[in-house]
Amino acid sequence: MTTKEKVDYSHIPPAVGCSNDGEPIIQVRNIRKWYQVNKALPFIGKIDWLKAVDDVSFDVTPGKTIGLVGESGCGKTTTAKMVLGLEEPTTDGEVPIGQIYFEGEDVKTLTNAGRKEMRRSVQAVFQDPWSSLNPRMRVSTIIAEPLEINTTMTKKERDTRAGDLLGEVGLNPYQGNLYPHEFSGGQRQRIGIARALALNPKLIVLDEPVSALDVSIRAQIMNLLVDLQEEHNLAYILIAHNLATVRYMCHKTAVMYLGVVQEYGDTEAIFAKPTHLYTNALISAALPSHPDIVRDEIVLPGEVVSPVNPPPGDVFMSRTPLEVRKNHIYTKERPPLVEIGKDHYVVETPWSTVTGHDLSEFHLSVDEAM
Amino acid sequence: MVKKAASKTTKKPTAKKGLDTDRFGPSTIRDEVVLEVKNLQTNFTTKWGTVKACDGISYSVKRGETLGIVGESGSGKSVTALSIMRLIQSPPGEIAGGEVILNGRDILQISESQMTSVRGGEISMILQDPMQALNPVFDINDQVGEAIGIHQKVRGKTRWEKVVDALRKVRIPAAETRAKDYPHQLSGGMRQRVVGAIGISSNPDVIIADEPTTSLDVTIQAAYLRLLKQIQSETGAAIIFITHDFGIVAKMCDRVAVMYAGRIVEMADVREIFNNPLHEYTKALIGSVPKLEEKTGRLPQIDGQPPLLYDLPQGDSFAPRSPLKYDEKDALIRPELIEAKPNHFVQLSRCSVKDFDKYKDKVSYG
Repeated sequence: MTTKEKVDYSHIPPAVGCSNDGEPIIQVRNIRKWYQVNKALPFIGKIDWLKAVDDVSFDVTPGKTIGLVGESGCGKTTTAKMVLGLEEPTTDGEVPIGQIYFEGEDVKTLTNAGRKEMRRSVQAVFQDPWSSLNPRMRVSTIIAEPLEINTTMTKKERDTRAGDLLGEVGLNPYQGNLYPHEFSGGQRQRIGIARALALNPKLIVLDEPVSALDVSIRAQIMNLLVDLQEEHNLAYILIAHNLATVRYMCHKTAVMYLGVVQEYGDTEAIFAKPTHLYTNALISAALPSHPDIVRDEIVLPGEVVSPVNPPPGDVFMSRTPLEVRKNHIYTKERPPLVEIGKDHYVVETPWSTVTGHDLSEFHLSVDEAM
Repeated sequence: MVKKAASKTTKKPTAKKGLDTDRFGPSTIRDEVVLEVKNLQTNFTTKWGTVKACDGISYSVKRGETLGIVGESGSGKSVTALSIMRLIQSPPGEIAGGEVILNGRDILQISESQMTSVRGGEISMILQDPMQALNPVFDINDQVGEAIGIHQKVRGKTRWEKVVDALRKVRIPAAETRAKDYPHQLSGGMRQRVVGAIGISSNPDVIIADEPTTSLDVTIQAAYLRLLKQIQSETGAAIIFITHDFGIVAKMCDRVAVMYAGRIVEMADVREIFNNPLHEYTKALIGSVPKLEEKTGRLPQIDGQPPLLYDLPQGDSFAPRSPLKYDEKDALIRPELIEAKPNHFVQLSRCSVKDFDKYKDKVSYG
């Protein structure tokens, strides 16, 4: 909230698709989250790693939304948890260490005051409004709790602020005296948003904020989030698996598969020309908005491979046809993200249209779909 | 099936795009009504009073047809389905009236033991949450076999073969090994397929699918919906698809009934519903979903909350949320479902239908 001196971004390592324009709040550089699955036997054993997130980089700038899309298990929630500080990025000796920067400073080297400032500035709204509110607390107490911990406000000031926040998210201030069970799902999600807003954050992590809600309520909540973003110049990280929601809310999108970003860039650029096979498959599986829209479905061969000890090269390789796999050059190292259009990056692979590979052979025509 | 589809490189010309496209190949609908629900009423007694969860529902389904029932939670769509299956717990629930005619007889009148053979035999249900629908301490063979044993009166090796057959029908790879697995060993999509296998194991005439794909990923959901359509074209079963997602309706259904507060507010062919919705609630539901195909501007939203069923507004229950301007006294008139156009039914009320005047001579009020 206080006007700070200009942030110095010069020491932050460059990453594909990221720039320091727009004064990012959070910069994520090559972070990994590897979970150790077993203990190695002496001499002969090998440690198994579950690579939930493997080398992810992106920037979060004020007033913009970045969407993380992918199937369950692709690491989008783990990435968000690391931004929130709920998970520590893996810093094993043999792998290069990834960093998260908050306003130009590495979060690992933050002072106590700096860490506190970051916790106030980064808030979260969770998926399930039924389990994310304490049933034994009154709504005004729920909303005022962050204020009690982080500010020196008196009880009266906190209650006034809670009432204001309730008004801001479209509820009545008197409803602060009620308990969460007295609200419907959409109203509960509004309470969750009010709690996240209490400390005037700069970034809110939205973990599937509308998928547990009724369709008629979803539009209300999405519109509320968009309005709050414009009003407070908020940044959002939106985790979603519904591509239509992503297209509606996000300025930037990262499509993830098995802990690795496969396609990244401006949302409209990606939807105008989806280039990675996986992005195309996700779009083809999405539900149409009108019965006359018939998409040819792309059915990927193989199954989602286990994230335990994923292949060293391209993680997506097992989902491609054999003839493509034979000519794959990235069997030992991860393929890099390459720029294919303005603010549009895709992993360099034989089946993205970068190399002119024809996607049509993956299409399932209407007859074959039967 | 997945592998087969991918190895096919020949692509048949998809010239069938356009209005006459059937989204999954040729139509499976046959001109024979298999299930007819007439004026079905289900009440629950609660401490706040009697709740009319299902208030005079009527519809019919033809063999091979998919009827979508759309509405918010609490609109009574699941209660309708449970009433048809006679699975309403009594007390507090009670089927207060109406008829459910399945294959020519009213199944609300038959005895409970006869109903046991109908339920799961002629009509079956695929439940929403596969983790809750499957018992974690029995293996897949036990659970699929139980339904097969009851309805087809087979045991031992024949039963085992039928179980494997049912699992193959829902395209579970390596069905023999999978049949010995326990639910926790399967992925969410596979579990949902097992629930589907139980549902279709006795070749039912009607399958009621209660939001079967809500907990699945998009790609798994697409595969599961395709599978349901395949099963339908193989067996000719009618599917009643309960959902709150108009995307699923657009992809799967032939006809749609939109429910609000325990009543059907609009019912028509799927294209008619999308192209010419008459009721404001239908319009709002379709309009409030963001589109994948284009960048949408600000979403139109339905203000307010769904009403509480024990405290329904008198008359037109949608009136308080309707964007139209209306007279207070019009809201007090209880609207009726009328056939506004051929095969297009709407609950006609001055508060929630914009073109009220066009159709008002079809109903005797106002």
